[in-house]
Amino acid sequence: MIAAVATAMAVGLAGPAVGAYLVQRRISLLGDGIGHVALTGVALGTMAGAALGLANQDALAVPGAMVVALLGAIIVDRMQSKGRVAADVALALMFYGGAAAGVVLFDVSGGDHETFEAALFGSLGDVSTTTAVLTAIGAAIVVALAFGFRRVLFAATHDPEFARASGIPAGALTTSLSVAAAVVITLAMQAVGLVLVGGLMIVPVAIAQLHAGSFASTMRRACLYGGGVAAVGAILTIRWGIESGGLIVVAAVLLYGAVALVTSRVAARRPA
Amino acid sequence: MTSTVLSAAGITVGFGETIAVRDVSIDVHADQTVAILGSNGSGKSTLVRAFLGLVPLRTGTISLFGTVVPSRHAPLERVGYVPQRTTAQGGLAASVGEVVEAGLLSRTSRNLPAHGKERARAALDTMGLADRYSFPVGALSGGQQQRVLIARALVRNPDVLIMDEPLAGVDADHQIVVADVVQAAHERGAAVVLVLHEAGPLAPLLQRAIVLDRGCVTHDGAPPAAVGAHAMPGHDHVHPHADQTTEPSDLQRGVL
Repeated sequence: MIAAVATAMAVGLAGPAVGAYLVQRRISLLGDGIGHVALTGVALGTMAGAALGLANQDALAVPGAMVVALLGAIIVDRMQSKGRVAADVALALMFYGGAAAGVVLFDVSGGDHETFEAALFGSLGDVSTTTAVLTAIGAAIVVALAFGFRRVLFAATHDPEFARASGIPAGALTTSLSVAAAVVITLAMQAVGLVLVGGLMIVPVAIAQLHAGSFASTMRRACLYGGGVAAVGAILTIRWGIESGGLIVVAAVLLYGAVALVTSRVAARRPA
Repeated sequence: MTSTVLSAAGITVGFGETIAVRDVSIDVHADQTVAILGSNGSGKSTLVRAFLGLVPLRTGTISLFGTVVPSRHAPLERVGYVPQRTTAQGGLAASVGEVVEAGLLSRTSRNLPAHGKERARAALDTMGLADRYSFPVGALSGGQQQRVLIARALVRNPDVLIMDEPLAGVDADHQIVVADVVQAAHERGAAVVLVLHEAGPLAPLLQRAIVLDRGCVTHDGAPPAAVGAHAMPGHDHVHPHADQTTEPSDLQRGVL
């Protein structure tokens, strides 16, 4: 229980820390795109595990997802920065191509459907203490970098042209963000699954945006919302014995509705 | 003659089959206020973006304070740039202060320098927005957002101020504030390059005009004379005209 909640909280904090920059760049669906590409990595990892005759055939699923997610993130970033395709088209190619390749490879490899489903929707009940510790370390690094380089990352994502005109390496910084997104998505695979990981990165940012007036306060509040809904979702998931990803994202969306209602009521009562 | 701060030598910029800037050579000197004029699509914005290394050159070279642009050591932190924008809002809420403070960052300065917030407030004060520091930038009008972007360029006290359509969306009163900014930059010895559609209150401050037509320089010298209502007797200028004592031959050679 503790390992599961700690894992969920870690990715709940790290997801919005990266997600805020993705929303700022207006590519909030990048997380979903990378998540779908990572499915191909899960299938390739499973195939590699079988080919190597590993006792646990799924042992390479997470490393496979990590490698393919990183490659996918870098390729899409390069495609966008070279201006060869529009941002939404690049994401669509990633989205559909990654999901389709994952399904085909999984069928070809004769992989276990439980593994596939766990990758898609998360399986917090299976989290080990080792996984929880590694996830917490990875998430802490991502959060430290996202906040430590906040000003320069803000400049690069808010107005990339002005940033480049100031000598700020906007291209390298946005590539780093794509890489960080790939890391968070792989870390979050077990907590929320690859299909719903984008929700954990973006919905808390959307909630914070309802009542924050600056980028810094949006980031801070989004991380708190993300960590909170992930912890609550994880506890209820284990108590009720259901899939974790769906419940965590549903909790986030319900919270969005509640905060939107409160902020609109407050705004309506404010004197003009 | 003052020193050259910005130099373009035979530059050509193209996008696919289209040539946006064709074989342009320009030197801009310290304390010079230059307007780049021309119709839509004449290559004005592309030219100033080339000055900053934002678009690749097909031919020619750009140098800034004697250093080639783009390059790792180009002193871009000495340039204040106001890009052509309709909004200062990104995908997420940002405060006016955060946007202006981004103007204090550079390749070598990735965090706010000492007194960064005070400098940002001072730049906003110059643009008449001192009380908007904590406001979400998206809550401001289009003209106010344009002034925020000008404050972001001013906050670093640039030696070269490049503004692309700085009067776009700015009301008449605040166009005079923009003119004050240009005059103040000139008085402290900065070079100012302005991409303009209409000079408005900036007209009296211009010492030189470069006119582009389909990417080529068709005029480089004295600003075109005022016509219509602006040329009527009794037309008042808020700012004194630029020094008219310069030799016409100098203006023609563009060596102010």
